[in-house]
Amino acid sequence: MPKVAERAAVAAKYKPGERVRVRKSAPLGHIRTPFYIRGQVGEIERLCGAFPNPEELAQMRSGLPAQPLYRVRFKQKDVWPDYRGPDSDVVEIEIYQHWLEKA
Amino acid sequence: MSEQGSYRPFTYYQLMETSLRELLVEKGILTDEQVNAEVAAMRARTPERGAHVVARAWVDAEFRKRLLANGTAACEELGYEIPGLHLVVIENTPQVHNAIVCTLCSCYPRVLLGLPPDWYKSRNYRSRMVREPRAVLAEFGLRIADTVQIRVHDSTADMRYMVLPMRPKGTEGWSEERLAGIVSRDCMIGVAVPQLAV
Repeated sequence: MPKVAERAAVAAKYKPGERVRVRKSAPLGHIRTPFYIRGQVGEIERLCGAFPNPEELAQMRSGLPAQPLYRVRFKQKDVWPDYRGPDSDVVEIEIYQHWLEKA
Repeated sequence: MSEQGSYRPFTYYQLMETSLRELLVEKGILTDEQVNAEVAAMRARTPERGAHVVARAWVDAEFRKRLLANGTAACEELGYEIPGLHLVVIENTPQVHNAIVCTLCSCYPRVLLGLPPDWYKSRNYRSRMVREPRAVLAEFGLRIADTVQIRVHDSTADMRYMVLPMRPKGTEGWSEERLAGIVSRDCMIGVAVPQLAV
């Protein structure tokens, strides 16, 4: 299997600390963006690299060019308005770039 | 051992697994030996591997740095070949407690922790850990002070996560092997912290 760097990849658009919104969309298929986080605004924690798009892989296609994958940090109080716990609690999720837009 | 009376019909998934395996063997794609070797290899992966990694990080500050920077490469240094696994090690501190879940399925760092426990795959844990982590941790007997931030990591894509717990007080001068003995599987998932036997 070729290494991540050798595969065709989409350029990364976001940097750690940037605010991003998860697209609010409900396409059919194998989607690795959990429903509970769609439409939420968070902050890029790190870029994990670029990986073949799982939505394409599930259709037996190559998934290339690879999609940048980020870890995005969300405040629990933003995600669940009735969250029981301190304001500082967070949830971090891996999200592919094509699911993100600038917030 | 008497087999009498122990007969139970296959469940749906057992039947599917057996049928698929026998077909693969019949068609010469796999051999029985290969299947058995893979099962043996899977059984050999236990949380002791993860505990070894944690104990090394506790006694070797430079290794700890490398582990947090690149989990995969650091584990390979210890002889754990984890091809294709992108390991992210997240560190507990006095200010931050980390815990891992996969809300979509049951992604888990099997190479280091073995097979996931049943509760990790349960709908209860998967749905509630992101929604009310403090209540879930309390059910595991772990109460986290409100002054400590909880970071829940939803393992949704290509990364796999392991928690590096804090080394407990009272373990000064312990050998790496002895330290590894107090690092349980649950400590590396983040639903427990290492305890000294009282």
